[in-house]
Amino acid sequence: MNEIIQKVNNLSIGFKSKKGEEILILRNISTNIKKGETVGIVGESGSGKSTLALAMMGYVKHGLYTIGGECEFNSSNLLKMKNRDLEKIRGRKIAMIPQNAGQALTPNLKIGYQIDEALQLHSDLKEEEREKKISELLNKVRLPSPETIALRYPHELSGGQQQRVAVAMALAGTPDLLLLDEPTTGLDVTTQAHVLELLNFIAKDTGTSMVYVSHDLGAIAQVSDRIIVMYSGEIVLEGPSREILKKPIHPYTYGLLKSIPKLSLAGLPQSMPGSQPQPGTMHRGCSFFDRCDFSEEKCKNNSPQLEYLEELNTSVRCFNHKSLMNDSQVNQTVNEIKTSTQDKEILNLSEVSISYAKQKLLDQVLNRISDDNPTVKDININIKKGETIALVGESGSGKSTILKSIAGLLRTKGGIIKFDQNRNLSSDLKERDPNDLRIIQLIFQNPDESLNPNHTVEEIIAQPLKLYFGLKGEELKKNITDLLQKVRLGEFYMSRYPRQLSGGEKQRVAVARAFAAKPDIILCDEVTSALDVSVQAAVLNLLQQLKEDFGTTYIFVSHDLAVVRAISDRVAVLYQGRLCEVGPSKDVYQFPSHPYTEVLLGAVLEPDPDIKPKLVAEDIVEEKPPQKGCSFQGRCSRILGDICKNEVPPWQLTNSGNSIRCHIPLKELQKDQIN
Amino acid sequence: MKLDNIYQEEKKSNFAKVSEIIITMASRPSGFIGLSILIFHVILAFISPYVAPYDFKAINPTLMLQAPSAEYWFGTDDLGRDVFTRTILGGRTALTITFFGSLIALLWGGLLGIFCGLVGGKTDDIVMRIVDAFLSIPWILAMLLIVSLLGTSTEVLIPALGFFYGKGIVRVARAATHDVIAKDFIVSARARGHSNFSIIWNEIIPNVRDAILVEGAMRWSWMLLGFSSLSFLGFGVSPPTPDWGLMISNARGLMSFAYWSVIAPIVGLSSLIIGINLTADAFAKALGIDRSTKAPV
Amino acid sequence: MLFLIIKRILLGLITLFIVSLITFVGTEILPGDACTTYLERQAFGEQLEACYRRLGLNVPAYERYVSWAVNAIQGDFGYSLSGEMPIKEVLGPRIKNSLVLASAAIFIGIPIALILGIVTALWRDKLPDVAISTVTIFAMTIPEFISATLLILIIAIWLEWLPGIVIVPTDVSLLELLPNIILPVIAIAMIMTAHMARMVRSSVIQVMASEYVQMAILKGVPYWKMVFKHVLPNALLPAINVVALTIAWLLGGVVVTEVVFNYPGLGRLVIESISNRDLPTVQALAIILASIYVSINLLADLMTLMLNPRLKTLQIRK
Repeated sequence: MNEIIQKVNNLSIGFKSKKGEEILILRNISTNIKKGETVGIVGESGSGKSTLALAMMGYVKHGLYTIGGECEFNSSNLLKMKNRDLEKIRGRKIAMIPQNAGQALTPNLKIGYQIDEALQLHSDLKEEEREKKISELLNKVRLPSPETIALRYPHELSGGQQQRVAVAMALAGTPDLLLLDEPTTGLDVTTQAHVLELLNFIAKDTGTSMVYVSHDLGAIAQVSDRIIVMYSGEIVLEGPSREILKKPIHPYTYGLLKSIPKLSLAGLPQSMPGSQPQPGTMHRGCSFFDRCDFSEEKCKNNSPQLEYLEELNTSVRCFNHKSLMNDSQVNQTVNEIKTSTQDKEILNLSEVSISYAKQKLLDQVLNRISDDNPTVKDININIKKGETIALVGESGSGKSTILKSIAGLLRTKGGIIKFDQNRNLSSDLKERDPNDLRIIQLIFQNPDESLNPNHTVEEIIAQPLKLYFGLKGEELKKNITDLLQKVRLGEFYMSRYPRQLSGGEKQRVAVARAFAAKPDIILCDEVTSALDVSVQAAVLNLLQQLKEDFGTTYIFVSHDLAVVRAISDRVAVLYQGRLCEVGPSKDVYQFPSHPYTEVLLGAVLEPDPDIKPKLVAEDIVEEKPPQKGCSFQGRCSRILGDICKNEVPPWQLTNSGNSIRCHIPLKELQKDQIN
Repeated sequence: MKLDNIYQEEKKSNFAKVSEIIITMASRPSGFIGLSILIFHVILAFISPYVAPYDFKAINPTLMLQAPSAEYWFGTDDLGRDVFTRTILGGRTALTITFFGSLIALLWGGLLGIFCGLVGGKTDDIVMRIVDAFLSIPWILAMLLIVSLLGTSTEVLIPALGFFYGKGIVRVARAATHDVIAKDFIVSARARGHSNFSIIWNEIIPNVRDAILVEGAMRWSWMLLGFSSLSFLGFGVSPPTPDWGLMISNARGLMSFAYWSVIAPIVGLSSLIIGINLTADAFAKALGIDRSTKAPV
Repeated sequence: MLFLIIKRILLGLITLFIVSLITFVGTEILPGDACTTYLERQAFGEQLEACYRRLGLNVPAYERYVSWAVNAIQGDFGYSLSGEMPIKEVLGPRIKNSLVLASAAIFIGIPIALILGIVTALWRDKLPDVAISTVTIFAMTIPEFISATLLILIIAIWLEWLPGIVIVPTDVSLLELLPNIILPVIAIAMIMTAHMARMVRSSVIQVMASEYVQMAILKGVPYWKMVFKHVLPNALLPAINVVALTIAWLLGGVVVTEVVFNYPGLGRLVIESISNRDLPTVQALAIILASIYVSINLLADLMTLMLNPRLKTLQIRK
């Protein structure tokens, strides 16, 4: 257990900027990976964690170069090794499992060939033996019918299956060290939990050392023995998993853990100010100085060294870790959200169904939509003024589709959407008058795509102001400044372009643009998914604050149940475009609940080594909702039989006002559910 | 991680933006050479009538096919005209016609492309079919037909060239528009209820402008190539107007003993096309667009 | 899959139909018509009437179009004006000669372009790339008539290695033609090869930067195996269509080159028939050149369809 297999020594990697300055991505990284252990490397995008993982394979991306230091494997420096020698180590001694298997599998080669290639290179097996081995490997990663999978092309598999293939490929060379670069990012919650469980199993089964790189402390907590926290190209904290998560003695980790929403806690987590500095903008002093609550004068000009603390077996890069040591039971405090829900109904969806199917010619002529199994069906939701209702579900659950219909971007197939009890909104954009369009505004997932890259912040926010209120000149400018102030951005941001802003700042601009229209309802489509963890809480807090100030209603779509827990008053769980459960969020997160809600809740990864995910159902991907019966029948572990297959389940009301759509009686539902 | 995100710049005036692009272009050796050649030719086109040592159409039978000398730097041609004079004047027509031709190509090609990309569906299908059909007639056949139909005056050549070289721009503009309208900021503008005109003007054009301009610059060099081929075949500028294509065509038969009369216009024309091409290339690189994947159609 | 193929073929046919319409209308609005051009000053009264009847110009335009189209499909393009010969017979040997020229250029050009493109991409920004890329920029920008003229001047006139001007009858045998086509082939192939090489280069560079190539490196796949198995199949697939467009574009270059070398092919016929206002021949040429263009593109489309696993299974999944 104590044998060191990879030794990173004083490693610095960087690139030359256009002006010829040397800009560092990694700064003096030193660490060891021991045999059989799993090390989690956690950090935000731009912290250098992926660059470090690649360097551990002797690989430096085009444009970057090694400035100093070594990565020693079997006492030879990988970074100085010839390509021919590296080929014998890569895949055989050290293997990589990439972030996005869909992109990392060669599109023109069959799965079987790609695994066979690794076997040919890194084993002495003969052809028939290799064939057997391929099946074995695919079996090991729990892919159904390995023989047929081997004959498929990568694009014919689902994201989860592709990721499993990548794992099988990495295992083909029986490596001593596995590097995993965000292996579950981009997968659905349940798939993610299943893949992590598989990785844990493999680590135990093969005794391979693993380096697990991720931005997600929840995933890291599930797999790692030891955690390395990186910030802006440096290691800021390193130690045993439990110590790091329970006693985070670096202010960054401390703040990070506090800002992650948890399932067990309703209310908004505390936010961390600012964002990670861009590489090249760092000056003297501690790189976390700007955002630190514990900083002192000396932190400004002196950068702290990594200091080893024997009592915790932990290294920390902070002058003030002692003050955190006493206080570091992360007693998470949350800002209770004030419910501003009023009795007045603002939006009513009744029997709404939406179809993506193309109309046949005859139906076009007769102006009817013929699809009898639409993507979204039977949606009945009442939304009260001032409430935050969340739509949750995995990809394909129809949550974004419903948002689009409310916004008028997608015509409904049936049912009625009513605003304020009397205005019919079951129409698309062309039929709505400007005021109908103004009252509903959208905020998108990815601010990179939702802000026009050729407009300045001023021009972006001015658009709705000019369109709806016809503002001009000084008045326009004043309004823009006010809005920027509301989203906590200074006036100097007006002349910036989106590419000059950080992710969090961009999303603030998008929020300001939405509020500029003085809308009644704001549709939030995965608004925090593209943001770094430390920024997420700040945006959530901002949204809550604005809502309290303006009395806006939010319809909040997310796949992240912990985020939903933090911000929403009410939750609607969707599966395959059908509602499973609707109720006040505090009740939905308690049992009894719909079997699908249970699956989702079980799969949530919390940054706590003591809370393990519970895997209830298989992570099959269904392409289409079933023709009849319950939408969840294909994956339900508690299926009753024919009744679930043939009849649409009834709504059952719990005492707390929670509606569950299931054939299983409420009492029974509660009985077997895991608490 | 984007490596070039590091420098925080403020909003710039249009003038500052343009000069920044030119500086970026000139900072590469190939861009610098291209720009210098192009600027040289443009200046030459303006000043050549005033600096030409002889009359370009003065025929002098006693001075036929003289080798280069101190008096006649590039020698004389078969009618005894000064080759140097004719060479420095020979680019004016070509440069003018193709420049305005490119502008026309940019305009109609860009607008039609954006329109097709925006409306999509059946209209787009039909328009692109027709554009495809025009594409499949070899440009030279089409141009020859038009020229023999309507003559070789500037008023015919500019729109005709503009039309035939614009169809490639339609495709580029359409593809760029397709990419842009899938983005959320367009969805956002539509959901707010902006008019189609406002969406095209404010959201689409700023984002497809670069791709279209680069394409236009590239078309310019091809149009010059096409135009000089026409001249060479005798369907372009009519004599005695000095024109490189025409000069090469005339001097070609005599080049076994008077090579100078063909070399000078070849150097003139080649350098101009290379200059425009290098400039277009540098322009594309300065704007971050890879132009080498485009077919020369 | 089958549906996709049929769809492409249909689209190609529609394109040809539009081309025939365009050329028909185009030649129709020329001032004067075939008879006035042919008869020149005698274009009046009896003789004109007789000519109209002979050429079938006395019926409405759409009827003429239909009968012309019906005949054209069977390979009968009517009579040329100048020689009073069936156009079919005029075209036959010319098509053969041009085909020899163009296919020689293509068969030499494509392999060279592939090699140059791949070499420049793999040694990106190194000496081989810089040197080759500089040469291709020149080769790509210089018009065919200039490179052809220079080739004649240097190789034929100064060095006297090869004949400069082709002086052979139209229906010459292949063997006799051979020494004559070397210079024209070089002139045509140069510009096309340079274009294709640049396209291949950028396509390979794009694939080299992909995640799956990085993955192959990290898997320990040896460099050349990676290039041949993981890079080239994916890089050359999108290049097929672009190469097809380049080849189609080369048709224009063939015309100019044939004139420079006095080569008895379709290209020179284009110039001759337009100068003589031989409209039936011009129409026939337009439709033939357009169908060459359409079929090259169709071929490229079909090849891409066959080779791309993604498109192959598209139908099944949807």
